[in-house]
Amino acid sequence: MSTDKKGQKGDILLEMHGIVIDGYSDDRWHEIIKGVDVVLKRGEIMGLIGESGAGKSTLGLAAMGFAKPGCKINGGSIIFDGIDLIKASEDDKRKLRGSRIAYVAQSAAASFNPSHRLINQTVESAVRHGIKSESEAKADARALYRDLQLPNPDSIGDRYPHQVSGGQLQRVMTAMAMSPRPDLIIFDEPTTALDVTTQVEVLASMREIVEQYHTAAIYITHDLAVVAQMADVIKVLRYGETIEDADTRTMLANPEKEYTKSLWSVRSIEKQEEESEDIILRVDHIDASYTGSAKVLDDVSIEVPRGHTVAIVGESGSGKSTAARAITGLLPPSKGQILYNGKPLPPALKERSVDQLQKIQMIYQMADTAMNPRQTIRDIIGRPLEFYLGLKGRERDQRLLELMEMIELDESFINRLPAELSGGQKQRICIARALAANPELIICDEVTSALDQIVQKGILELLLRLQRELGLTYIFITHDIATVKAISDQIVVMLEGRVVEQGMKSEILAPPYPDYTKLLLSSVPEMDPDWLTGLLKERAQDQPPT
Amino acid sequence: MSNGGEQGYSAAGEVSMLKARRTLLENIWRGLKSAPPTALFGMVVILIYVFFALFAPLLAPYGEAEIFDLSYAPWSDEFMFGTDQLGRDVLSRLIYGARNTVGIAFATTVLAFLIGGSLGITAALSRGWLDDLISRSVDVLMAIPSLIFALILISMFGATATNLILIIAVLDATRVFRVTRAVSLNVVVMDYVEAARLRGEGLSWVMRREILPNILPPLIVEFGLRFCFVFLTIAALSFLGVGIQPPTADWGSMVRETAGLIQFAEYDLTAAMTPMLPAAAIALLTVAVNFVVDWFLHKTSGLKDEH
Repeated sequence: MSTDKKGQKGDILLEMHGIVIDGYSDDRWHEIIKGVDVVLKRGEIMGLIGESGAGKSTLGLAAMGFAKPGCKINGGSIIFDGIDLIKASEDDKRKLRGSRIAYVAQSAAASFNPSHRLINQTVESAVRHGIKSESEAKADARALYRDLQLPNPDSIGDRYPHQVSGGQLQRVMTAMAMSPRPDLIIFDEPTTALDVTTQVEVLASMREIVEQYHTAAIYITHDLAVVAQMADVIKVLRYGETIEDADTRTMLANPEKEYTKSLWSVRSIEKQEEESEDIILRVDHIDASYTGSAKVLDDVSIEVPRGHTVAIVGESGSGKSTAARAITGLLPPSKGQILYNGKPLPPALKERSVDQLQKIQMIYQMADTAMNPRQTIRDIIGRPLEFYLGLKGRERDQRLLELMEMIELDESFINRLPAELSGGQKQRICIARALAANPELIICDEVTSALDQIVQKGILELLLRLQRELGLTYIFITHDIATVKAISDQIVVMLEGRVVEQGMKSEILAPPYPDYTKLLLSSVPEMDPDWLTGLLKERAQDQPPT
Repeated sequence: MSNGGEQGYSAAGEVSMLKARRTLLENIWRGLKSAPPTALFGMVVILIYVFFALFAPLLAPYGEAEIFDLSYAPWSDEFMFGTDQLGRDVLSRLIYGARNTVGIAFATTVLAFLIGGSLGITAALSRGWLDDLISRSVDVLMAIPSLIFALILISMFGATATNLILIIAVLDATRVFRVTRAVSLNVVVMDYVEAARLRGEGLSWVMRREILPNILPPLIVEFGLRFCFVFLTIAALSFLGVGIQPPTADWGSMVRETAGLIQFAEYDLTAAMTPMLPAAAIALLTVAVNFVVDWFLHKTSGLKDEH
């Protein structure tokens, strides 16, 4: 239908040649994109992958002829369906954007206007560009909601953004992008912020709708397994340059470049599980709630063996992080107790002794907010040395250097501020801060989920090595099954504040599964282009439509 | 070895994001070079005021309360800006006024920040009943018009310099409290504050080391503005006769004492200008401080000029 009007599938839609984009930082211009070519045909999905800082988003925005503030397009040509976007006036580009080229941002929650109803925001650009009348556009939006498998498609548009979940919001945003039936959609990490179980639904509906309307798309992500499901062709970017270009199956089967292979092999670490009877921490039937609200933890019991790793898995809102808060004393449990080395720990933080605090350390998901931006690395790591061990001056500096060596960072880092480090380096500093206290137990709260895959691998290997050398015990909170395989001995599966399943890794990750564990496990994308199709088929068979 | 990929990645990929390390002096110099003319003007004016305040006894031609047998003398070589109703040299009193008016305003502002700032951070950190107690008390204090409240308190306790500083500091601390509490609320939820509490740090360490450095920029701006308001309040009280008491030289009371001269504008224009001088001194400093604050606010707001 729409193909008749807008040309045939297989015609070239977007051609970018020798794109050079400069970014301004630290009083200088730097090249962010160094001469990249993109050729995209109608109806084709291109996966753009690479680490953060590779220039993926910048290149994606350039496909709209747009450069973020502080960036400028400095060379090359961008031809969209015969229109030169470099020479086109702002006015002409504005007419294209939101009508023929659409953009789906990473954080849907931050991209919606909280004070307008969803449907009004969905149809806004189609109506503003005069493509449809408002009533037509609204009827179409409801149809799109239905295509995207949103619940109550006829009435969900009357809600406000805060009244729907993150996954639903991301789908509404896709509907918004589809509303004017664009020729090209740019998806910028649209599922990165979602739970695995939600991610599958969003991916499936996005793929379907793009196929249905023969829309071309650029799909930006750092998750290879996701891109394998979505894309026809894949482009690997690094430091603003193309590393490799190929169609998806070829690239997955035989990657040519070393760098691409290293991306592919990241999910290969797997820890040999070990059993142990020596329990260091026993969480004994605890309940917890935030004041006045319903129970967030309901009769939770967890046993943590010394020198081993217990992974707590579950989707967001399942109570994983709350369990950690109860163990650290930030949220005293309302019932039950926590035994450390056989002795009960005082429930509240204030009642615990410095000695008890020292033994249990915590590493956070966001290394950015876990370190005071105004303190140097020396102060950040040095403080626990002073506070717990009373080290001062030369002694302290000596230990500081040892710790830096343990986390495989150069000693020149100690005078830097956190803002001067990369994401992986920041997380290493947080690990060093925890180690500085000479702890026995470290609680790792999603410590790798904000990092790129290669960096994740480095952090996981570091944690494994430290465990071997120092005999540390970890409680590892995560929603990523690959991480669980890599690091854990035992697994605790949580759902709605309760422990659903608990046991050795090999038991949990093998059938028969309880329903929820199965859903969680099967939702983790695999590096197989047919995985999503297969999964959807299987689920459809399991649950015949009622 | 296992880490090779990441090391290479961070070294090359992130190096452009690193800020070059500079010494404090270099940073100040770079900041000054990029300052707009208004800010430079403001800084020069403030420095001149500070200079006069510090070296008043050396710079003033006569003593602060030295009385000559010549009241309301016209502008002349001997008395550059004439004399006032008691025969005191206006220029000398202007110079001493810098010391008294600016000095007392500065001390008051510092005290207001000590009180309001520490209460603000405490309230943000503790939340709960303590926060409610302090916040509601502040609301009550703020509900009363501050100039009238200050007038009442000063007439109750007497118009000494110490009382003046204490009363105005407490009244202005309410505003400081609100700002500090608001900006602290954004910082206390950060993981690094939680990390410090998990480590077992005491309240004062968390306040001084974790929170204060991160809320400093808005507080410095507030300090500048608050100083202007305090300064104007003191001038206003002095003008009304309940502020800084004679014979201490002060710009507010100088305006009042020489205000009558304005009627003689048609006979002697310079004499009529006399009450304008302390008023202009007040106005100029207020404007100068605001210029500097505006620039600092722009610099620290994170708004980048588009290139």
